[in-house]
Amino acid sequence: MTNEPDNMKRRDFMRRSLLTIPAVSIGSSVAFNAYADSGVPALSDYQPMFFEDSQWQFILAATDRLIPRDEHGPGALEAHVPVFIDKELAGSYGRADDWYMEGPFHVDADEALGYQLPHTPADIYRLGIRATNDYCRQRFDRDFTALSRDDQETVLRALEKGTPDFARLGVQDLPSKTFFSFLLQNTKEGFLADPIYGGNRHMVGWKLLGFTGARASFREWVDQYDRDYPLGPVSLSGERG
Amino acid sequence: MSTTRPEVDAVIIGLGWTGSIMGMELTDAGLNVVALERGNERTKEDFLYPKPADELKYGVRLKMMQRPKQSTVTIRRNASETAVPQRHWTTFHPGDGVGGAGSHWTGVLYRATPNELALKSFADRTFEPGFLPEDMTIQDYGVTYEELEPHYDFFEKVAGLSGQAGNIQGETIEGGNPFEGPRQNPFPLSPLPRTLTDTLFTEATKKLGWHPYPYPSANVSGAWTNPYGMQLGPCNFCGFCSNYGCLNYSKASPQTCILDALKQREHFSYRTNCEVTRIVKSDDGETVKGVLYHDGEGQEIFQPAKLVILASFPLSNVRLLLLSQIGQPYDPVANTGVVGRNFSYQITGSIDMYFKRHQFNPFISAGGSGQVIDDFSPDTFDTAKHGFIGGSYIYTTQGPGGAIGAVKVPPGTPSWGSEWKKNASEHYGHHMMLGTTGTNMSYRDVYLDLDPTYTDPHGDPLLRMTYDWKDNDMRMTQFMAERMREIVAELEPDYHTENFKQVGDHFDAAKYQSTHLTGGAIMGTDPSTSVLNRYLQHWDAHNLFVMGASAFPQNMQHNPTGTVAALTYWSAKHIRERYLGNPGPLMSQG
Repeated sequence: MTNEPDNMKRRDFMRRSLLTIPAVSIGSSVAFNAYADSGVPALSDYQPMFFEDSQWQFILAATDRLIPRDEHGPGALEAHVPVFIDKELAGSYGRADDWYMEGPFHVDADEALGYQLPHTPADIYRLGIRATNDYCRQRFDRDFTALSRDDQETVLRALEKGTPDFARLGVQDLPSKTFFSFLLQNTKEGFLADPIYGGNRHMVGWKLLGFTGARASFREWVDQYDRDYPLGPVSLSGERG
Repeated sequence: MSTTRPEVDAVIIGLGWTGSIMGMELTDAGLNVVALERGNERTKEDFLYPKPADELKYGVRLKMMQRPKQSTVTIRRNASETAVPQRHWTTFHPGDGVGGAGSHWTGVLYRATPNELALKSFADRTFEPGFLPEDMTIQDYGVTYEELEPHYDFFEKVAGLSGQAGNIQGETIEGGNPFEGPRQNPFPLSPLPRTLTDTLFTEATKKLGWHPYPYPSANVSGAWTNPYGMQLGPCNFCGFCSNYGCLNYSKASPQTCILDALKQREHFSYRTNCEVTRIVKSDDGETVKGVLYHDGEGQEIFQPAKLVILASFPLSNVRLLLLSQIGQPYDPVANTGVVGRNFSYQITGSIDMYFKRHQFNPFISAGGSGQVIDDFSPDTFDTAKHGFIGGSYIYTTQGPGGAIGAVKVPPGTPSWGSEWKKNASEHYGHHMMLGTTGTNMSYRDVYLDLDPTYTDPHGDPLLRMTYDWKDNDMRMTQFMAERMREIVAELEPDYHTENFKQVGDHFDAAKYQSTHLTGGAIMGTDPSTSVLNRYLQHWDAHNLFVMGASAFPQNMQHNPTGTVAALTYWSAKHIRERYLGNPGPLMSQG
């Protein structure tokens, strides 16, 4: 699948639709172009707010395995997914500011009753990374970040299945698959959320799908069946891809 | 120590749809009205483009919703299980702030059918004695379709409802829903334009001999000025609808349809971040005298009022009645009491179809866009033959609009890595959904009460839901699954996946089910089996009226907002025409 039309299609569309493109898109086009590549530091220059250095190295490696750069396009690192996760965990999401976190915690309640752990998302990462590194040292004699890509993938698959028993590694009330589910969900969020949250840099996640971001005006396209939409995404801050 | 404010004629608890409607109606009647809203101020400026087009904030972190930290519910499936809190929202999305759920709803605006409002009477004349399970507690609403029709009609004009009537004054109209109750008028606006999914669904269901019609949409199809002088603009299919505020003045909401007109009224005021913790009973034993609330500065305030309108989310309505000790709490063992009785929910299911040959552009979507069949409603076919009472509508809708929640990969595909990425890219845009939304009957052991353990920041007990799926309703949804497989067979997708509940399954609160929670403070004509009389007036306090879907004795197949609004206007009419001139019970206790 592709969302890039051939040039004929694009010219044809532009000619017919100039009058119907929302005014906001046209009015902001200068700002879009000026946006270019400014304002976003390289990943290597980013100073994490939440993660300590070894945790940061873990997140860089893990998110790179979860959404790798490959023949299908940029991955989690190009998208700055680790920046997204760091910012989320340093903020109200990481602290579970909106969540009901009063006890008692029935950690063994049926899964169908929803999340019942005493941990905030920030706690889950702190504890999960520590326990995963302990697991890697037991199994491979080294930390997660020092493993080969293949071994890192093996470890992530084990976490996904819930094989490592974190309790035996001294981390209570945190099933390894719960840690993995947060890591995977937040990685995908960082790949596909608006770039104002630090990830999805240059909207690479949206471009992979063919999602249009905050473009949000399609009245004239509702009945254009089976046609690839010709325009790339725009972000909340006005970047155009 | 609480401060006492000067008395008002009426206090409204909650400023969503029903609070806003009551604000208009009671100020029309010349009353001095104050509304107390627990959540934040929320105006149209909060919805200016591009602010709502933020999937992480609204679609994932659910920032339009009540914060569980402030108030949540505990859930268990049966009385022997320990109820535990929804710590963050998964199973439903209760609204918060000015506009309430009316700001973030999808915009599907339906009427109940005549038989749904009198379901027990329908069942009694339709089924053999003993057919209904013994523990099923369905009841009539106590109000008829004919009585509600003018109020449905008016609210549909307030919302600029867009669609195609199927029954105007008894005459069946081609292209509309032939199974709906008669309407006195056509829809205010024509249907939204048809998406590809709409067209495919329409063709397939027609071939099967069924009767497809456009979703009745409160995302308007054209420019509309409503009876309050508020203006809506045509929906642009922005793709940010359910869970979002509307960025285009197209989705009917308290903000777009009522509040700016209401705020101009001299005798109306409202206060945000004001959480009502008790409705206070009078010493006379037959009225209430006002409400106690915490304001944004942590002060406790008593607001005296001659009339109290409880207009919050259904679960919050029931909890406040229980906390205020107004009405006898329901006891399912002794089968006594009424508050918390007949809680019900909604039975949903879906099929997801993949078509390599089609490009659906799922970001082009409106919440109220879609096509529907009502051929399998509670009263349109012989349900007894299939072992259940009830029915569902079956529909398609374009979408979903976002990216985070829109990635679908084939069964068996890894959920990460290059293989996931490849499939996410190749499959995005090629999915079409079929959904079913159906009735949920009420049962003796499904109810709401106060949790014995968990409390909110004020130290008040949380509400506890005891809820599970029942065989009758599971047989109903399995029947719908079979019908939907017939649609799949017509459409011939490359593959499809199914998500249906089955007999024996237990309620799963870890997954989103629906925000259509109903009952617990139901209406009726008998004070031993209802909290409210048929005018939504509390049997035990004649100056307390309770709005919302908490009044439904069981849940209907269709979306609740239309009936919630119609009941509000119905109640307001009787308050204005009968109650204000002669305050007292509008029905005798029999």
